[in-house]
Amino acid sequence: MSSLTLTKKSRRIIPGFHLSLGYTMLYVSLLVLLPLSMIFIHTMSLSWTAFVDIITDPRAVASYKVSFSTALIAGLLNVLFGTIIAWVLVRYQFPFKRIIDGLVDLPFALPTAVAGIALTSLYAPNGWIGQFFDFKIAFTPLGIIIALTFIGLPFVVRTVQPVLQNISAEVEEASASLGANRLQTFRKVILPELLPAILTGFSLAFARALGEYGSVVFIAGNMPMKTEITPLIIMTKLEQYDYAGATAIAVVMLVTSFILLFTINIIQWLANRRFVH
Amino acid sequence: MEQSTFIQQASTEKNKVTKSAALQEPRFIRYTLTFIALAFLAFFIVLPLASIFITAFQKGVDVYLAAITHPDALAAIKLTLMVVAIAVPLNAIFGVMAAWTLTKFNFKGKNLLLTIVDLPFAVSPVIAGLVFILLFGSQGLFGDWLFANDIKIVFALPGIVLATIFVTLPFVARELIPLMQAQGTSEEEASISLGGSGFKTFWYVTLPNIKWGLFYGLILCNARAIGEFGAVSVVSGHIRGMTNTMPLHIEILYNEYQFSAAFAVASLMSVMAIFTLILKDIIAWKSKSS
Repeated sequence: MSSLTLTKKSRRIIPGFHLSLGYTMLYVSLLVLLPLSMIFIHTMSLSWTAFVDIITDPRAVASYKVSFSTALIAGLLNVLFGTIIAWVLVRYQFPFKRIIDGLVDLPFALPTAVAGIALTSLYAPNGWIGQFFDFKIAFTPLGIIIALTFIGLPFVVRTVQPVLQNISAEVEEASASLGANRLQTFRKVILPELLPAILTGFSLAFARALGEYGSVVFIAGNMPMKTEITPLIIMTKLEQYDYAGATAIAVVMLVTSFILLFTINIIQWLANRRFVH
Repeated sequence: MEQSTFIQQASTEKNKVTKSAALQEPRFIRYTLTFIALAFLAFFIVLPLASIFITAFQKGVDVYLAAITHPDALAAIKLTLMVVAIAVPLNAIFGVMAAWTLTKFNFKGKNLLLTIVDLPFAVSPVIAGLVFILLFGSQGLFGDWLFANDIKIVFALPGIVLATIFVTLPFVARELIPLMQAQGTSEEEASISLGGSGFKTFWYVTLPNIKWGLFYGLILCNARAIGEFGAVSVVSGHIRGMTNTMPLHIEILYNEYQFSAAFAVASLMSVMAIFTLILKDIIAWKSKSS
């Protein structure tokens, strides 16, 4: 009882609650909530059938498929290679490790447009890497996947790395002393601990990839029905002053990413409960 | 004291011995994994970075210098710096305020506010630009009023600043919230109960504790603000020498097949990115040692 009143009192000791809360609310209301609500308000001006017509237009539907499938594949690639990179950076020693570790963050620091033109010129049919392949990489969905993999890589590495660092050696020792071989220890002891972090990394990379624009427009080739991503559809409609059309597609994207975030939060909550109690 | 260090040493020694026995992968697997990781990073990080600088200087230093001293390029650099100089400090102040609210107090709707602060990360940059067109564009909510009063927001500096603020809004707050959560409120409470004012407490107690986290957030916010492309592309209107930021200038040069010039400006931005990475590393090291 006495401790309860104490915490209640101590909450009031620190000043600035009304000022900082008011400032924070005002800032996010003016700069996030009001602007975002415009998407939904503006869509209201469309009739339901017009809205459905716009968002089920074959070209738009094709773009959902391109955006979703490339983001998904890139996310999975990031899970595979990101986990390997995190593993190697935490567990093994090799020269220039600190520099290489730092370079993992490059996609966060490099402007997306710069990444876009660099990857395009590398993977174009006459580029340094593209010339060694019989098939086209840039200007196909493959190129989009490469750009999105680049953008998403640090998300997985940087969420898995700290968890891997904190796994105590004792757990692995216990597993080994009970007769498990290395693969069994990895599958049954290490992987379950890493899984929530891998999932977080995947969801961050996937969400970012769904909305990514700068790095993709250069390498995608932007052919309608084939390599046109959904953000580009919005951009094209804006350039034609079709604000209603752009907004309708934006609603689809926003709702998708909200549902995605919501689902991922639930999965994470379940995974945490299952593995960490 | 001496004994405990001795024990520690002995135990690390023991760790090393057991590690080589059952706690490490066979050498073949170790080498393969290291090779895969390094090869992946070489193809996805090192090669693109190297190609930027090599392509930039492909046609000689003169072409390079001409590209980065072109009036349009200089105008783009100036505009980018101006946008960053407005957007980053505003988001830094917001980040500190939001983190203070969300970590020092308990109130209803705290999780909701946390989600709203994070929201810009979940929104596509193109949509971040679109919302400001819907607010301030000619067909937008305030369009007629702005036109009547001859105020330009979209296709001008204010629009670019707003879009940049939106996109980079969570960076500082996201960095500070977990840090201040972990630090709790006891030090501030001590300062207040000893008679320190609210501002003094923040300045002398909180700020020294969060300074590295704040720097870290600032650097991330700054890097994104400099490089933002999608959102800015929507609101800028691409007026050369007027509303083109550096990334937009690169896009125009690239689309005009002026590859050397495009990569020259891109190389400037890459230097900034490398500088960001180095600063990040220094800050991570400093905050660990302090």
